[in-house]
Amino acid sequence: MQSENGKYAIETKNLSIFYGAFEAVKDVDLQIEKQKITAIIGPSGCGKSTLLRAFNRMNDFVVTSHVKGEILMHGTNLYGRGIDPVEVRRRIGMVFQKPNPFPKSIYENIAWGARINGFKGDMDELVEASLRGAALWDEVKDKLKESAYALSGGQQQRLCIARTIAIQPEIILMDEPASALDPISTLRIEELMQELKKNYTIIIVTHNMQQAARVSDYTAMMMLYEDTRSGTVIEFDATNRIFTNPKDKRTEDYVTGRFG
Amino acid sequence: MVRKTFETEIQQVKDNVLVLGSMVEQALLDSVDALKKRDIKAAEKIFAEDKEINKKRFEIENQLMILIATQQPMARDLRVLASTLEIISELERMGDYAKGIANINIRMGDTPLLKPLIDVPRMANKGVDMLHRALTAFVNEDVETAKNLPVEDDEVDALYNQIYRELMTFIIADPKTIERANWLLWVAHNLERFADRVTNICERTIFIATGELFEVKSSDDEFWKQQNK
Repeated sequence: MQSENGKYAIETKNLSIFYGAFEAVKDVDLQIEKQKITAIIGPSGCGKSTLLRAFNRMNDFVVTSHVKGEILMHGTNLYGRGIDPVEVRRRIGMVFQKPNPFPKSIYENIAWGARINGFKGDMDELVEASLRGAALWDEVKDKLKESAYALSGGQQQRLCIARTIAIQPEIILMDEPASALDPISTLRIEELMQELKKNYTIIIVTHNMQQAARVSDYTAMMMLYEDTRSGTVIEFDATNRIFTNPKDKRTEDYVTGRFG
Repeated sequence: MVRKTFETEIQQVKDNVLVLGSMVEQALLDSVDALKKRDIKAAEKIFAEDKEINKKRFEIENQLMILIATQQPMARDLRVLASTLEIISELERMGDYAKGIANINIRMGDTPLLKPLIDVPRMANKGVDMLHRALTAFVNEDVETAKNLPVEDDEVDALYNQIYRELMTFIIADPKTIERANWLLWVAHNLERFADRVTNICERTIFIATGELFEVKSSDDEFWKQQNK
């Protein structure tokens, strides 16, 4: 995977994602701009998470899953021959709905991933930089050896973000990163995302339309095809446009709460 | 999922805008009628009623703020609410033109009208008729009407021109009429501005329906060119 200075961090071409014979996501063409936040919205079961997980080959863990089409990062198809999914996941990190820290100390939560990825530098420095990057350092600097489970839900989620950025990925995928958090923790995560996008490209799946409107630069609206029950992107545009004057009637109905 | 409660509330806002609109229409017609009859008492009543117009505007503004805060309107809903905020402020100012005419009437005191009013009531009727149709178009989100209405402002401008020229001939013939001519010119100017604001309301209706914000072609520039010749 060669690095280059294109406009897009990742692109999909005619991407379809299958679980066995079922085509869960059909014909998605998306261009995700670098260092921007792209939100994927749409009603439940329309394939948002499936699409998100395809970006770092998380769907590989579902044995029956396979894809058609391409996901290109710097021009390389992530599903191409000889591509190591572990390397893909190193370049494209992921934060999940429920905070899932390791049952280890705060320090080890960050150090562990870096260590197995062959990190040779100053571990203390990396831990501090990652925690600072996730806006958590000031709250935990005096208790790095304590269990991550002692942290609040919002802090645990920021720890997971710190753990993700410790690996220095290019893209961070977020699957409902704030839906299990209280409103204040949610706003902190949203603020953090604005900081993170200075260095990373973020793709977020959210059920919370106001959140998508608040945080993202671009929004992809997904819907199911009535007949096949496959999900697809029906509209992709600047977030400002999607929430003030979308082109597709179905997007309009969804963002105004008439459908969903 | 249909947002029935929210839709009912938007409808209530629109109904309230129509109420505000009819208050403004009535105030303008009354102000010209009072002037025609030189009825100072009626003029004072319009002055007092303008407070009611302002109150109604604040009431609708409050209603809109609550809807924006509690319903998180998006897309078309957002455009409706934002446009309505703009429209009620136009209406409030249009009410001020009626108050302005009532004020002139009061300040004229015992001075008789320079001439019987003919074109002035015409301007008022045309302006009110335009406002009425503009608000109906707003409520129905009727783009066609909203696009076509502003052209009719030309008729109001033509009447204004005519009044202006007529008053000038009075002044030239007898400079002592300057003050009385000026009262009427002031009245006509209020009516001309009243009709101009109808165009602004139409622009918002078009915005609600299309999402496009632009100035509807007004022949006002043409009007001022004529004046400057």
